Amino acid sequence: MPATDRSSLSDAIRNSQIWKSIFRHPAPLDRRNRIVVVLTNFFLHLHPVSIKKQGIALSFTWCMGGVTFFLFLVETITGVLLMFYYRPTLEWAFQDILSLRDVASLGILRELHRWGAHAMVITVWLHMYRVFLTGSYKPPREFNWVIGVILLLLTLLLSFTGYLLPWDQLAIWAITVGSNMARATPFLGYEGPGQALFNVGGIDMITSASDARFMLLGERSVGEVTLNRFYILHCIAIPLAVAFLLAIHFWRVRKDGGISGPL
Amino acid sequence: MDPNLLTHWQNISGFLGFYYIALALMNGIAAFVVWRRSHATVGPVLLLLLSLVYVGVLAPLAFSADATWMPRMPSWFTQLTNEILGGSWGAVIYTVGSIVLLGGLFVARKFFVRPDVAWILLNASLLALGLSFSDPNFYAIAAKPDNVPIVGLIFLLGFFTWLATSRAVENDARALEGRPPLEKENDEKILVWPDLVYTELICMILLTALLLFWAIGLDAPLEEPASSVKTPNPSKAPWYFLGLQEMLVYFDPWMAGVVLPSLIVVGLMAIPYLDFNPKGNGYYTIEDRKFSYLMYQFGFLVLWITLIVLGTFLRGPNWNIFAVYEYWDPHKVEALNNIDLSNMFWEQLMGVSLPKAPNEAGFFTQLGFILYREWLGIAVTLLYFIMLPPLMAATVFRGFFVKMGFMRFMVMSNLILFMALLPIKMVLRWTVNLKYIIAIPEYFLNL
Repeated sequence: MPATDRSSLSDAIRNSQIWKSIFRHPAPLDRRNRIVVVLTNFFLHLHPVSIKKQGIALSFTWCMGGVTFFLFLVETITGVLLMFYYRPTLEWAFQDILSLRDVASLGILRELHRWGAHAMVITVWLHMYRVFLTGSYKPPREFNWVIGVILLLLTLLLSFTGYLLPWDQLAIWAITVGSNMARATPFLGYEGPGQALFNVGGIDMITSASDARFMLLGERSVGEVTLNRFYILHCIAIPLAVAFLLAIHFWRVRKDGGISGPL
Repeated sequence: MDPNLLTHWQNISGFLGFYYIALALMNGIAAFVVWRRSHATVGPVLLLLLSLVYVGVLAPLAFSADATWMPRMPSWFTQLTNEILGGSWGAVIYTVGSIVLLGGLFVARKFFVRPDVAWILLNASLLALGLSFSDPNFYAIAAKPDNVPIVGLIFLLGFFTWLATSRAVENDARALEGRPPLEKENDEKILVWPDLVYTELICMILLTALLLFWAIGLDAPLEEPASSVKTPNPSKAPWYFLGLQEMLVYFDPWMAGVVLPSLIVVGLMAIPYLDFNPKGNGYYTIEDRKFSYLMYQFGFLVLWITLIVLGTFLRGPNWNIFAVYEYWDPHKVEALNNIDLSNMFWEQLMGVSLPKAPNEAGFFTQLGFILYREWLGIAVTLLYFIMLPPLMAATVFRGFFVKMGFMRFMVMSNLILFMALLPIKMVLRWTVNLKYIIAIPEYFLNL
């Protein structure tokens, strides 16, 4: 009988020493074990044990926060894989992107990363939209909303810094347009209002080689130094900050009383 | 028959054919779901008929790519759109039109949240999108790889706004009857394993599949290698910053690129500390928190999203407005004769030239002349930021002021005034061609 064979095979797997060493408990079927599995599993312990039924209704939550986190994981994994192929130098950046499309197996790694990034920007907005429309930022969750706004900003900066890396026309001109704004920063940009105030003995302190834009780009226009800066910001600095804030964001969801609901 | 048009149709006929088949499937599934839920006959039959039109008429015609039969927007419609949106009043009509449209949806929300109405609107917009794809100019801009997410964003926002509004409308109706909100109904606790854990798993699998299909179906954009001497026209920021780039039309970079974006972030963070209304926490509602709802929707949907859509789909070479069916002609000329408030006051009203310090004058004389030249704009701006908040506190926002206290009210009113600067500047540009209220290019201080 095939059915018996299958069940005996799955039994054999489930009873093997390897399986048992990985999963410390059998599949939880009764109430007690379903509670225990969430409490004792490393990956599940972010969750509460029980939750109000409306707290997981898709028509209420839209699942957008979770989708955003999942996309962040997708971006991290595809991003690490892309780093194996990509060199952030004027000589190689564009060539490596070409090879990613034409030479690397499957050739959709960059597509996954780019579309995932666009999707993540959209789902962050939708998550924020839902949290606003349900008034979930109201006490006691005010500060978690503030962390969320910072995470939104970091998501946009992640996308912005990543935009430069392909080093094609689209990339450098979008970053040029975007970073030109920093030139006009009040007091700190060399074409910003109040720039003339930082003047010591008749010498301007804020010039095109010392202003906010220069700090961002590392040179007077978007070039190799910028590419290196954006690469490090994109791959290391901002993701670390996001991971740190995400941990607090999730922790606060639990500590502030779980997902919001009517009183 | 334009041979280029025929080539375009042959290129997209496969995609469009499957697009209409997808629409047929969507309506067929809807027919089944409606029939299963209500056992009504009229709705499912109509949906099935619609489905048959898609699969039996539009899909084969699209596959044919035939010069006569290709489904397309009627030419009077595309020409009218080009006339209206592509003319010199394009920005005005687009912006005012968006506000009127969103305002209408809000006012008549009880009508528009009805599933049948919403479904008709969804079909109409998807059909319009399909028909518009036959236009090469529309296709060039809407199907550009980096613009595809924004097309998706429009539909996603439409869907989720509908979802949230329909629940809010229902909750508000229940509140009138003295019943608790929908969210209260599902108050009992359930275990995270298996209900939440499995929902998460299914979401992850579906999302992975979607991303894989998307990645296989659509190549990530890659243009020519970077060249710092070849400036593309138009040069656009990444799409999520196009609202900010659009503000550059009305403000200098220090405002559009630094001050206003910083205030958006600060303002968003301030929301929980400004919104003192304890109601509307944890459920969808509009009536319980109308003011904060309208403020957020105005900032998000009107000032952020519609400007991104404008910047993405309607801004072409030289940052001119091009209607969606219009060819991006880099030689299109838009007359720009904007003048500053100081020009208006001194030259047009007083009939004299602008006050100007003698060339050899010292710093303080120069500054004095500049302030004298711009006195009207400076006065107007100071009045706006200093006089309006107390005026608001004493009149329309009296109740707010009493409940919020001095500091919180000042922060809120100033944030609102900063947000209002953009529409004010837009209206002044459109009506009297105002360039700057305060124009001090000597110190890069133009407002």
